[in-house]
Amino acid sequence: MLQLEHLSKTYADGTRALSDINLSVREGEIVSLIGGSGCGKTTLLRLVAGLDQTSAGAIRLDGEALSGPHPSVGIVFQEPRLLPWLTVSQNIAFGLAHLSPAGRKSRVRHALEKIGLSEHAERWPRDLSGGQQQRVAIARAFVTNPKVLLLDEPFSALDAFTRASLHEHLLGLWEETRPTVVLVTHDVQEAVTLADRAVVMQPKPGRIFDELPLTLARPRDKTGLAFESSVRRVLTALDHSLNTPQQQPQRERDRQAAALWW
Amino acid sequence: MSGQATSHAWSSQQGAAALAAPSPAEKRRAFDWRILLGFLLPVAVALLWEAAVRFGLAQGRLVPPPSRIAATLWALAETGELWTHVGVTLWRIASGFVLGAAAGIVLGALSGASSTVRRLLDPTLQALRAIPSIAWVPLFILWLGIFEASKVALIAVGVFFPVYLGIAGAILSVDRKLVEVGHVFRLSRIQLARRILLPAVLPEAVIALRSGLGLGFMFVVAAEFMGASEGLGYLLVDGQQMGKPDQILAAIIAFALLGKIADSLLVGLTKPLVRWQDTVRERL
Ligand SMILES: Nc1ncnc2c1ncn2[C@@H]1O[C@H](COP(=O)(O)OP(=O)(O)OP(=O)(O)O)[C@@H](O)[C@H]1O
Ligand SMILES: [Mg+2]
Repeated sequence: MLQLEHLSKTYADGTRALSDINLSVREGEIVSLIGGSGCGKTTLLRLVAGLDQTSAGAIRLDGEALSGPHPSVGIVFQEPRLLPWLTVSQNIAFGLAHLSPAGRKSRVRHALEKIGLSEHAERWPRDLSGGQQQRVAIARAFVTNPKVLLLDEPFSALDAFTRASLHEHLLGLWEETRPTVVLVTHDVQEAVTLADRAVVMQPKPGRIFDELPLTLARPRDKTGLAFESSVRRVLTALDHSLNTPQQQPQRERDRQAAALWW
Repeated sequence: MSGQATSHAWSSQQGAAALAAPSPAEKRRAFDWRILLGFLLPVAVALLWEAAVRFGLAQGRLVPPPSRIAATLWALAETGELWTHVGVTLWRIASGFVLGAAAGIVLGALSGASSTVRRLLDPTLQALRAIPSIAWVPLFILWLGIFEASKVALIAVGVFFPVYLGIAGAILSVDRKLVEVGHVFRLSRIQLARRILLPAVLPEAVIALRSGLGLGFMFVVAAEFMGASEGLGYLLVDGQQMGKPDQILAAIIAFALLGKIADSLLVGLTKPLVRWQDTVRERL
């Protein structure tokens, strides 16, 4: 279980990127963070990944406080960030230096097959399309078998077709080890396709506005009524998060929101 | 993970490698005839000048025709004199380059990697860089004598600065995003340097070494002007004092060839290290 307790982050220049975030994510749950630009989604992931220091509050994974990069936490950034001097398979093996060469090889081969890039194993990242590069980045994070996987708008630069196929690749990888996933997205459809719960955030300072459970059965039928209504619910919440006066206390708004939508 | 999946992937991987392999290799093997275009201008000028001298339109005393320069070069080569001079010059460049490049790499790496070292070293080095290197000559002669040591020192100084600046700048400009990938996988400082910083700076390091080598060739001439009895620079001075323009031009051509060969050698040796680069075209 991943727990964020009273998490706050104020940057050196005084920007209050996050204030008093409380969130717990069950083991194996997929949570998607949605919210307008600048509401601190990237900041939140960077704190959990240990790339930035928290200003206040704690992050716990199964009770253990996280402070800094942790072997059980993997992250996929918005851009692929592949190392251009390593081939595709070497990139995927980057976090496996502690394994024997044979163990590394078999894991990489399996991951390549899972993301459908076996025939590109020995190519340079520069020779791959954007979607293929992002798949390699996802595989690089998955092969280390993290307990928690953080994804920061990993598909936002891609077209709708590629995105849909990457959703399947992602779920395929997730099925195998069922890590806890925190997925940041701008795309409500994407959130409803992938997540068990949508967390809507609000800016200035960044905080949680609302949480919506998405209890559709998997695999999800994107043309079904249930899917449609979930999308609408999340959209409404998002709308309210942008329009609600920001001075209103969060509890109050939560209660209003609950009254409105259930 | 699962054993079955691995054996599957194996066959398709091999098949793809076989498919993908020939195309880039083929491209490299095919000779690009357009390279010859570069020879057109110098060859045409040489032929015209040769003809002008042959037909008595010009005397060719101060600007000897190509045939006479070639004959001079040939004569120098036959007596073995050329090889002595070339050998001495190359030896001076090589030792100066090794010393200057080594110092440049070490100090550049330190000042790129640590801001404390940078604050300590960089202002002094930048101030020293502002001094025209030739200005050191009298001092080096006083300190190190008029023989090899002062010449090698001058060349090393010339090589040092571009290498130092290039390496330090390359390390400072490494993409923070890639460094973060290293942090995510919890690399130690040494692992980070070896697995991310080093490969990331290699392309710029090669460029720095190449400009260092170029300056090495420049400074060897300066060094050999200040009193040498051997070396291509000596041939230049000797040609001027004896009024032998053909010897001067022969030495200049030898310099051009050596410089190009040394540079190509450096590029060739480092090419496997920077194969992955995504540049428009191989820089010349
Ligand atoms: N390094 C930094 N220094 C100062 N302020 C920062 C820094 N990084 C982000 N911020 C500020 O913190 C706030 C949250 O930024 P963050 O990148 O987390 O937003 P986001 O929700 O990911 O936005 P987007 O959806 O546009 O990616 C913004 O107001 C931003 O300007
Ligand atoms: Mg962001």
